[in-house]
Amino acid sequence: MSTRVLVPSGVLGLGFDHNALAAGIEAKPDIIAIDGGSTDSGPFYLGTSSSKYSRASCKAEWKALLKAREVAKVPLVITSCGTCGTDAMVDWMLEITRELAIELGLKLKVATLYSEQKIDVIKNQLLAGKINPLQPIINIDAESIDSIDHVVALAGAEQINAAIQTGADVVLAGRATDTAGISAMALARGEHAGAAWHAAKITECGALCSTHPTSGVVAVDIDATGFSVWPLAEGARCTPHSVSAHMLYENADPHTLYEPGGALQVEQSHYESVDAVKVRVTGSEWLESDQYTVKLEGARVVGFQSTLMAILRDAHYVKNAKAWVARISNFLVKEVASRMQLEADDYKIEIRLIGVDATLGELETKQSIPTEVGVLVLVTAMTQELSEEIAKMIDPFLLHYPLTDNEALPTFAFPYSPARTNRGALYEFCLNHIMVLDEPMQAFRLTTHELNN
Amino acid sequence: MATVSDRVANIRSKNAGPYWLTIDIFCGDTHVYQQMMQELSKELIASIYQVPLDTLKRFEIPSLNVIKFSFPRNTVQGARLDRDMHGAQMSVLLAEHKIDN
Repeated sequence: MSTRVLVPSGVLGLGFDHNALAAGIEAKPDIIAIDGGSTDSGPFYLGTSSSKYSRASCKAEWKALLKAREVAKVPLVITSCGTCGTDAMVDWMLEITRELAIELGLKLKVATLYSEQKIDVIKNQLLAGKINPLQPIINIDAESIDSIDHVVALAGAEQINAAIQTGADVVLAGRATDTAGISAMALARGEHAGAAWHAAKITECGALCSTHPTSGVVAVDIDATGFSVWPLAEGARCTPHSVSAHMLYENADPHTLYEPGGALQVEQSHYESVDAVKVRVTGSEWLESDQYTVKLEGARVVGFQSTLMAILRDAHYVKNAKAWVARISNFLVKEVASRMQLEADDYKIEIRLIGVDATLGELETKQSIPTEVGVLVLVTAMTQELSEEIAKMIDPFLLHYPLTDNEALPTFAFPYSPARTNRGALYEFCLNHIMVLDEPMQAFRLTTHELNN
Repeated sequence: MATVSDRVANIRSKNAGPYWLTIDIFCGDTHVYQQMMQELSKELIASIYQVPLDTLKRFEIPSLNVIKFSFPRNTVQGARLDRDMHGAQMSVLLAEHKIDN
């Protein structure tokens, strides 16, 4: 037996080649699996329980996938709904699915899998010794857990399979590992476990494992001894190099991938071209762990930010931009203290010079004199009102502050009015931990819905 | 004087989760791979990126002519002092590093 998985793209919202999707459906897959999330765009999305991609983009792509599913008549699975995979984002995808079911006249059975964790449960699990840190160690205690806005656990193949086994046409899963939706069915059908997880890692970014990364769609056959992967877009190819290189991508260890319930080992894997576009991989191993653990992600508010932007074009200031920043920073600290009676710990003002070293900061090794320099001022304080008030206080000085006392008052370029922008809350990731479960569904909840019946 | 990027086929960096950065150096062929194995020590990477040696990992993947380094990020992704959310520009520091031959 063999299990054919169609992966339309690396993430819902990024787009895919519609002809390639049609070719993928013609290939008669057993399941269509796509990921909807990542931590890659930062802690804001988990902190606010919101999607990075627009609703319109997600709906348009989901519509194409629901139509494709209607032809293929196989389960369509999306994992990590709405970037962060919180409960609200699963319900957001359910609402989109409900609208599309009506628009397209489809009767659908939908399973929703929820991954979000209650703060009290996390606290109890921590006290019970069921939550263990990964490297690098991020310290948490029962008190600091209270300040976390959202915690999700990353589901593995077991939870996705529980959702598929409800007989659902469509599975909307909360946060899961990038690979779980792709490996799940093959594992349930008893295909080679190492091959299933390795196939999933290679295809989790869609056609990134091929010569045409932006075309999106790839297919993979997983069987008892290995897997074969190929892209669906016209002219795209998988090569042993393009496939094996993807194991490195966004993975700290190129030989090992940790998943709930075990680890994938690919050091002995063998890659060979089957034909012009397809690569066969064998020799991947799955090492089951003693305990069943799931990774946790959490995000919380650590302050509020306001920003200002000015541009230095005057060559004298461009040349001396760093000295100017040192001088104005020193001046601003004194002004904030005297005008607002704030201590240094109550707020932070950071000035980054775009065109000088804004990307790399102290690590920057290049020096050159640019045409102009962007001055990005980041103000962080414990409330939005306070960060905005500090930004307003900075505004006139950012516009006019001279390099020395004995020179004409400069006026720099402000690109818009008002010069300040409130960024809202600043979030941080605050968990790098795994949680031990007695059985896979312990931290997850499953619901089914009949749409348009 | 040549730089690392003058010699190798491709260098890329990316977050590996919010707490780690990983850098992949695709050398292109065995000759360059052997050369880079000598040039690109853990000590060099620790010094360029100002990270501790004890948590810096180095992997050699001869089948791909790839050398890979992974280390905990100096600032957690998205923290107040983070400057590069995806960590994808960090590779330029190594790409522009000057080598003798």
